[in-house]
Amino acid sequence: MQLKTANGDVAKLAARGEAPTRGLSDVLVRDTSVAYAFIAPAFFLLLFLVAYPFVLSVWFSLSDARVGETGSFVGVDNFRRLLSSGIFQQTLQNSMVFTAAALTAKTVFGMALALLLFRVARFKRVIRGAVLLPFIVPTALSTLVWWWMFEPLYSVVNWTLKALHVVNRDIPWLSDPYLAMFAVILVNTWRGLPFFAITLLAGLVAIPRELYEAAESDGAGPVGRFWYVTVPLLQPVLAVVILFSAIFTLADFNIVYVLTRGGPMNMTHLFATYSFALGLQSGQIGQGAAVSLFLFPILLGVVFFQLRLVRKAATYE
Amino acid sequence: MSSPARWPRRIRPLFTLYLPVTPFVFFALFPLYFMFVTSLKKNAELYDVNAAPFVIRHGVTFGHYELLSKDTLFWSWFVNSLLVSVAATVISVVLGILAAYSLARLRFLGANSFGVAIFITYLVPPSLLFLPLSTVVNRLGLSDSLWALVVTYPTFLVPFCTWLLMGYFRTVPKEIEECAMLDGCNRFQTLVRILLPVAVPGVICAALFAFTLSWNEFLYSLVFVSPAELKTMTVGVFSELIRGDIYYWGELMAGACLGSLPIVIAYVFFLDYYVSGLTAGAVK
Repeated sequence: MQLKTANGDVAKLAARGEAPTRGLSDVLVRDTSVAYAFIAPAFFLLLFLVAYPFVLSVWFSLSDARVGETGSFVGVDNFRRLLSSGIFQQTLQNSMVFTAAALTAKTVFGMALALLLFRVARFKRVIRGAVLLPFIVPTALSTLVWWWMFEPLYSVVNWTLKALHVVNRDIPWLSDPYLAMFAVILVNTWRGLPFFAITLLAGLVAIPRELYEAAESDGAGPVGRFWYVTVPLLQPVLAVVILFSAIFTLADFNIVYVLTRGGPMNMTHLFATYSFALGLQSGQIGQGAAVSLFLFPILLGVVFFQLRLVRKAATYE
Repeated sequence: MSSPARWPRRIRPLFTLYLPVTPFVFFALFPLYFMFVTSLKKNAELYDVNAAPFVIRHGVTFGHYELLSKDTLFWSWFVNSLLVSVAATVISVVLGILAAYSLARLRFLGANSFGVAIFITYLVPPSLLFLPLSTVVNRLGLSDSLWALVVTYPTFLVPFCTWLLMGYFRTVPKEIEECAMLDGCNRFQTLVRILLPVAVPGVICAALFAFTLSWNEFLYSLVFVSPAELKTMTVGVFSELIRGDIYYWGELMAGACLGSLPIVIAYVFFLDYYVSGLTAGAVK
């Protein structure tokens, strides 16, 4: 129900696209066959390579499939075993900590950066371009340099801290469980911050200037204007950005795999890396598929709220 | 010369704006700068614990780049990435244009459901499906070939292109197409001759993002292709330059620099397209 109303504007828009001179039924028949012909390639691609694998994934998660063996049905055994396994509980906790911390950091600093970029007039393109760069560069490759920066012996971070006399011995960034978690959150924030900043900036630009002038003439200071004009009007954009980023932060593979491979002692495993370790490295496809399926309810939640936001935006137009 | 009274006003942005922006710019650029500096440093300096790591004091060397070219399959990975990215981009943009056109312009049964399906697949992260997809790729007989990637990358590119182009097509007025149809053009001709020439910026944007996402892809490439000579850039640099416990940091950083270069070049030339593509999904 929700989904239909949410995408109602698609149908409305399509309804207005008829050629004016032909009979309605004629156009409808012709348009329908053209539409199906146009959609068929994308439809079959998504059917065979997204929908079918998804069904396969559900089947795997309910079976004891291993690499090269189809396996037989075992019910919810995989899920039961996972929920009672210490490593999976750790993965669950890691995922929550990682996602919550990275999202908070990206939202707060992304907002701050967007507000600053909004006022930048000189070197505007250069500064925006520089700030956006981490988002464009291949993550697997840029994470390599973070790895090098946290390297035990030659870490540039440790060198600087020691030179500034902040610490007097090397900090084990990637071998201490808590510091390793901090490191992967830091790298995820580094990569994702530009997306937040640039999208929020686009939202800021869309806010009519008159509202700020009105608030100012009513005696609102900078904080009041931010709190009573910027925040409420930016809320839809902020919600979309946070929801969108939530799913891709939670599903992150590259950063954790390159930087820590889930270690030390499984303390940085996320669903994706643990599913990879189980399904491919130890060949337990059933278990691995069950782990990755934990992403699905969260994905559905995000889709649900995103579509509601789309509908809301449509009613305001 | 401005009068002393006006000085604070001119200097203020320096402290309230450009000074606070500096740490953000530094944070964004330092790792990339450090990547570049490391790739040009001689090993003696690179592995000197006491040397300041930020600068090159004892001369620049291209040795790491040379070693990368001669002793590794680096350029094969580069070509593989290029082939896969171009093929996946072309497929995805074409399929995206067709699907976006029917969603934006045509009326048909199931349009709503298809729109929602596209939106959901747009949000599906690759890490949800890589296990079953590797089985599918296996059954199709495509594993350990570049075709595995050409076929699977469109699964996340087509929804993205469709979504982006649908938004773009809707901003183009329908009237010009209606004129063409009155003159006897069919839907396909109208799309190719009338709408696409107007929608070039949207198509460029979709192609740029599709290329960037393919070039940067890591998980599918890691899982579906294992022979060293068939690996793509991101996986090759990561998995073939680390042998046991020995890390060739100079070569790793040289590989990371060269591997990022095509994307950075595209980025410098098409900055505005990247910005508009990035915000299209969230703001529109």
